[in-house]
Amino acid sequence: MKQYLYIMSNKKNWPLWEIFVRSKNGLEHRHFGSLHAADAEMALENARDVYTRRNEGVSIWVVESKNITASNPENNGEMFEPAHDKVYRHPTFYDLPDEVKHM
Amino acid sequence: MSEEQIRSLENQFEARIARDEKIEPKDWMPEKYRKTHIRQMSQHAHSEVVGMLPEGNWITRAPSLRRKVALLAKVQDEAGHGLYLYSACETLGISRDELYDQLHSGKAKYSSIFNYPTVTWADMGAIGWLVDGAAIINQVPLCNTSYGPYARAMIRVCKEESFHQRQGYEIMIKLANGTPEQKELAQDALNRWWWPSLMMLGPTDAESIHTEQSMKWKLKRKSNDDLRQQFIDQTVPQAELIGLTIPDPDLKWNEEKGCYDFGEINWDEFWQVVKGHGPCNKERMKARVGAWEEGEWVRDAAMAHAEKKQERKQKQAV
Ligand SMILES: [Fe+2]
Ligand SMILES: [Fe+2]
Repeated sequence: MKQYLYIMSNKKNWPLWEIFVRSKNGLEHRHFGSLHAADAEMALENARDVYTRRNEGVSIWVVESKNITASNPENNGEMFEPAHDKVYRHPTFYDLPDEVKHM
Repeated sequence: MSEEQIRSLENQFEARIARDEKIEPKDWMPEKYRKTHIRQMSQHAHSEVVGMLPEGNWITRAPSLRRKVALLAKVQDEAGHGLYLYSACETLGISRDELYDQLHSGKAKYSSIFNYPTVTWADMGAIGWLVDGAAIINQVPLCNTSYGPYARAMIRVCKEESFHQRQGYEIMIKLANGTPEQKELAQDALNRWWWPSLMMLGPTDAESIHTEQSMKWKLKRKSNDDLRQQFIDQTVPQAELIGLTIPDPDLKWNEEKGCYDFGEINWDEFWQVVKGHGPCNKERMKARVGAWEEGEWVRDAAMAHAEKKQERKQKQAV
């Protein structure tokens, strides 16, 4: 495209939103993906059109992506390893006589 | 990081993929993995978006309300596919604006098939049946690809694609069983879309550059030639069933191999279209760039409106 001159808008771009959808009552909201929208209301409307065109949801949450704080996989050692050796947190750690069938 | 450290990270990374672990956005990844994924996923997203143009051409002229709602819903799905893929791409640290810029400046490619014109209603049938059919064959293996956001997007896309192919084939059935003129339309559309659909599955294995690395990263699970064979073997009986003839005099069932032999593909044509000399390359880009530029005031107005609402809310709070 030789003639095409790309003019960057000096206006702000639509921010990114993370979309969470509850597929039916009784289930939790689950992360479905993300999209751009000017504000929360538009994010909700766009999420409806993008993610629930076939009755995939009964409730939608939108959160601006910049407001999410995520753990860093590089720190997964400090973060999650302490749970590795805590076998006593699991029911199978405890010895019970065979006569006790369900506990 | 020293070279040695990087090499050890790379080995761990390849081992994770070999164990079928998924890679997620914030995980360490080799630069080449990131770049290759941005290229393939964005190319895929652009194809979904540009792919709306040839079919959008017929929405207002659909022959019945039933056909019109179906085509409209299909084109809307393709917009959705583009969005799933663009946002998956953005998780690798490239902005939507940059992605659009790459498409609009001609730096990024999209599937060549969309550079062919849609001249009759029967083309809506042929596209759904053949083009979406070939796309499904390409996309199903990607539901298991190594990059988490890409795999999740592909699962959603694949769920939606089967309706696309069925509505296209239904159009072909109706025309093939209609008046002689209608059958002629269907045959003509098959004649024009057959070879480009075969090319859509990519250059022959001998000429395909990225395959080995892509296989390792599960960006590709079967070779182009295998996918093409699968497409032919599944489509030929569907054509026979509705009394249409595949436009290939060399097409013949090979009893020994258990698959169809087929004629030579005109790869010169393929490369010509890839290089921008297809029948509609210019028209497609003009439509995309036009839509983006003419939509700028709407995007800006929405942003200004959102800011004004926000300010009003803050003032009321004081
Ligand atoms: Fe699609
Ligand atoms: Fe499709």
